[in-house]
Amino acid sequence: MSRRPYVREMPTTHWFLRQPRYLRYMAREVTCVFIGAYAVLLVIALARLAEGREAYEGFLRALGSTAGIAFQVVVLAFALYHTVSWFSVTPKAMPIQRGEEFVPGGVIIGAHYAGWIALSIVVLVLAGVL
Amino acid sequence: MSERRIELEVLRYSPERDREPRFQSYTVPCLDEWVVLDALNHVKDHLDTTLSYRWSCHMAVCGSCGMMVNGEPTLACKAFVRDYPDRIRVEPLANFPIERDLVTVMDDFMEKLARVKPWLIPGEDKTLGSGEHRQTPAELKRFKQYTMCINCMLCYSACPEYGLVPEFLGPAAIALAHRYNLDSRDGGRAERQEIIARDEAVWQCSFVGACSEVCPKHVDPAGALQQVKLASTVDWYREHLLPWVKK
Repeated sequence: MSRRPYVREMPTTHWFLRQPRYLRYMAREVTCVFIGAYAVLLVIALARLAEGREAYEGFLRALGSTAGIAFQVVVLAFALYHTVSWFSVTPKAMPIQRGEEFVPGGVIIGAHYAGWIALSIVVLVLAGVL
Repeated sequence: MSERRIELEVLRYSPERDREPRFQSYTVPCLDEWVVLDALNHVKDHLDTTLSYRWSCHMAVCGSCGMMVNGEPTLACKAFVRDYPDRIRVEPLANFPIERDLVTVMDDFMEKLARVKPWLIPGEDKTLGSGEHRQTPAELKRFKQYTMCINCMLCYSACPEYGLVPEFLGPAAIALAHRYNLDSRDGGRAERQEIIARDEAVWQCSFVGACSEVCPKHVDPAGALQQVKLASTVDWYREHLLPWVKK
């Protein structure tokens, strides 16, 4: 009797189409591209600001254009998905044990949302909106 | 007792005869309380004695009967036929070479499991006569869920990283290393870190999370791996920013 194990290769380009859970994972990972794109936008904003008032006002007009608003809406949607999907897995990475019991995952996730809201308020205050 | 006929499509592979695996279909009369393993046993006992597969306890304890049931890594003894449509496709666990029919080659996993030293390495030298290594219920709770692992390899089968990068140490082995690292009686963390805090080990994991979703014992290997990443990162900063602080 001869051994001849058969190896099944995983397709390297479309493996994530095999399972809905792999697609959800890829969706979460892809969100970082949009977060990165927005970071680039902020760097451009700083560059325009450094160039002077006229350049910065031109930048603000571009942001207010249809394309600018569409870009920001898309990025916002992906940023929300990014945040929700990552916050939802924080109890796995950072379990907190008190005595013999673990703090419920909902409390850890809730603390992240509370921190997010608090930071957003600080930013809005600094921006003079609140 | 109601009886239902199902089509069981089984991936067959004979190393002596087949160039590649092929599906073979069996019509199996199933009772309502049957699991997929019962259907396979019916095939083996009444329809085709040549069918090969592993099983032992029939109660989700031994971890032998892991296979793909309709594309999902599952213990065949835990997959009730009544929860599936009339056509059930059974394949060997994905990401492992096929030895024969539903039997996979486990050598890679067994070697990786031993590599992480999944046993207690006592933190203090004690003679047998000086008594047991005592532990509080809270200290036990820290790692208890990971002791439920039955080495069934469903997590490896669900993990796309392991499928793409076979060198990856994988979910169960790292989760078991974490289990012993969390044990208050253990002193072997530094030895295990050498093995698990590496590129082809914990840093290969991109947190797909599929391992935890398919675990039949509700262990959370994905969580364990993220905790190992965090602890390893803290180690790195300690070593580089606070080298004078003793671990």
